[in-house]
Amino acid sequence: MSPLVFAALALAGGAGAVCRFVLDGIVRSRVRARLPIGTILINVTGSLLLGLVVGAVSAGLLPHEVQLIVGVGFLGGYTTFSTASFETVRLVQERRWLGALMNGLGVIVVATAAAGLGLWIGSSLATA
Amino acid sequence: MSDEDARGRLPDDSDIEVDDRPGGRSVHLRASFLALVFAGGVLGTAAREALSLAFPTGDGIPYAIFGINVLGAFLLGLLLEALVRRGTDHGGRRAVRLFFGTGVLGGFTTYSALATDAAALIGRGEVLSGVGYGLMTVLIGAAATFAGIVVGAATHRSEAR
Repeated sequence: MSPLVFAALALAGGAGAVCRFVLDGIVRSRVRARLPIGTILINVTGSLLLGLVVGAVSAGLLPHEVQLIVGVGFLGGYTTFSTASFETVRLVQERRWLGALMNGLGVIVVATAAAGLGLWIGSSLATA
Repeated sequence: MSDEDARGRLPDDSDIEVDDRPGGRSVHLRASFLALVFAGGVLGTAAREALSLAFPTGDGIPYAIFGINVLGAFLLGLLLEALVRRGTDHGGRRAVRLFFGTGVLGGFTTYSALATDAAALIGRGEVLSGVGYGLMTVLIGAAATFAGIVVGAATHRSEAR
């Protein structure tokens, strides 16, 4: 990877982190929910979009640099595992077992399905 | 006010403010906070990619991303517990939380790569590897966060002694 692409990837990660911070704040200030739906929304949409990008790149529709900068950089910085894990442990500490199960195992199932859908759509764009 | 009273409670969501003054501008819109999150996100993302390049994926399972997510989960638990035991989320503590927690560790760890790699493994017919990778990351990540909280609490006790 060229130093320029690496720098763009890192800067895109910073932009992704800012989008996560702003979007989570907006969701939090408008929606009162028992589950941390801001982080859930971010991680599921980010997984869908990364699947789309990876699928489209593997189909030859987009250059590999797009996967590095938009996928690894922006969407990698936008989504987060550490906060999701922290929020799951908070639910466990509050003995909200069902919520913890949904936030831990439920979200990984939904996000993986979303990524799979993105991969499928992205790669089928080539034949469309 | 005793030291006990000065301590905030651990936020449910580490990325937002729990005690913003009414009428004040929300924390997620303040330029200085956005800059902290951006700078941290750049560093965390660069560290993640550097480690991913140093430890390439072998048999379809991205061990670098697995290690990064588990380490980041541990460090966020440690950071937030250590911060909350030292006082409320204001001033320097808030800046540290936004830079290291929301920025660096948020950019370092990733959920989209986790979900996409798991989906790709399952799509290739390696169902057991894909499901195992996703489940193990979530379970070991939660254990790591919990361990981080325990260590974060211990650092405060040893300082107070």
